Amino acid sequence: MDARIGIRNTKSILFKGLIVFLAFVITLPLIIVLLYIIKQGIFQVNWHFLTNVPAPVGETGGGISNALVGSLIIVLMSSIVAIPVGILTGIYLSENPHTKLSYYAGLCVDILQGVPSIVVGIVVYFWIVKPLGTFSAISGSIALSIMMLPIVIRSTEQTLRLLPPSLKEAALSLGVPYHRVILKVIVPCGFAGILSGIMLSIARIVGETAPLLFTAFGNPYLSTAITKPMETLPHLIYTYATSPYDDWHNLAWGASFILLMFVLILNIFTKLITRKWNIQL
Amino acid sequence: MEHTVVSANKFNAWFGDNHVVKDVSIGIDKNQVIAVMGPSGCGKTTFLRCINRMHELIPGATAKGSLKLYDDEVYNMNPIYVRYKIGMVFQRPNPFPNLSIYDNVIAGYKLNGLKVAKAEQDRIVEKSLTSAALWNEVKDSLHKKGTFLSGGQQQRLCIARAIAMEPEVILFDEPTSALDPISTSSVEQLFHELKENYTLIIVTHNMQQAARVSDKTAFFYMGELVEFDDTKKMFTAPSDVRTQNYITGRFS
Repeated sequence: MDARIGIRNTKSILFKGLIVFLAFVITLPLIIVLLYIIKQGIFQVNWHFLTNVPAPVGETGGGISNALVGSLIIVLMSSIVAIPVGILTGIYLSENPHTKLSYYAGLCVDILQGVPSIVVGIVVYFWIVKPLGTFSAISGSIALSIMMLPIVIRSTEQTLRLLPPSLKEAALSLGVPYHRVILKVIVPCGFAGILSGIMLSIARIVGETAPLLFTAFGNPYLSTAITKPMETLPHLIYTYATSPYDDWHNLAWGASFILLMFVLILNIFTKLITRKWNIQL
Repeated sequence: MEHTVVSANKFNAWFGDNHVVKDVSIGIDKNQVIAVMGPSGCGKTTFLRCINRMHELIPGATAKGSLKLYDDEVYNMNPIYVRYKIGMVFQRPNPFPNLSIYDNVIAGYKLNGLKVAKAEQDRIVEKSLTSAALWNEVKDSLHKKGTFLSGGQQQRLCIARAIAMEPEVILFDEPTSALDPISTSSVEQLFHELKENYTLIIVTHNMQQAARVSDKTAFFYMGELVEFDDTKKMFTAPSDVRTQNYITGRFS
């Protein structure tokens, strides 16, 4: 009897060791990649780097201000389009789970989530860039907002679905009209979840390159005109990393580091706000 | 002089094809506690939810017949107005988790966008919490979240929230079934005090509770109102054999 318990304990310990080992193995490549980007990028970043446009070949220095500004504008514009539409669609899906419309809308969201970003890019290229006759920040934003939508919609829907129906009943029984129930009770109670969905969708699109290649296109100069081509961080990384010049490689590393930090901070920030605003049901 | 607040005449309700409330006729007088009892699935909760038109919120739910608040047909009124006049307390305490105790009490005004002066708000909150016998326990933590309270306190908070709207009638849907015995007795105690100002209709599974708290009892069975009479008479000399069987526990 004692021996059998001994064997079972040994098995438990082996099993536990195995899962700890595997978890470690999985995080290892991630850590190596992170460390390498930090090592390559961190020394490129300084004030000059953040406030100057890339220098031409042969000149030293230069920075990524055009891409920083561009990424900011494009992400902002995408958010302005995608967040309200996404939240409202998410509310509809969670409120009306059994209608035909919500079935097909849900299906579309799932499919959209799986559409490769380059395909979104080509669609926007033929629908917006071609008719307008020019690459532009607007078309890039549209492509990215399409990428954002499914994430915002699904996270809103899933957050709101978890809220107990008794919450809605409580508000309705006080004579609160339906739209106010949604806006004043349901959405505030699910706010943390909705916000984290938004943050994750921003983290997702800020590094998106493929659809920007033929929409926002890129621009070596600082530009804030949304109807003109605009540089973005991922596109800058793509262009400069594939160039044959060491100076430009360094720019790409620095930009990668900035992008990485941005996503990292966004994630930490999301964790903090969801913890702060999480509502105990 | 007694005055009828809620009256039903040949009132019916359905869930899809399922006829759950059948030809119910009842007259409920002001400032009384009415217990509605019956086995599970007898239509008592559905009937209750028809009175403030919460029934129709469930897809496929329909209702027909006359149901009046004083002289007004409830089903011709704006449901929002009906729910101002007829408050409701649910089976499980459901305070708004995003609001403080204070805001929970005043929620009926705030969520409806009704403008009330701060001093008036304070007065309503204190009065409602006092009526719900909760003021002394929470007066120092009014701005804490309502969900930090115990289950029984939360339920009294929900009662305060209903009282704050100054309704005519308060509906209780098995208000103590999720509470422990001590909380239950404190809520039951409240019923006696609340009937001074309000008319209470309480759905309950618990016959002892019906006997303890109510002036009149209605017995529902299979969607019909079998008997409606003074509680004392109901539990000592019921006139219908089905009531008698239920009370003596011969069927469930």
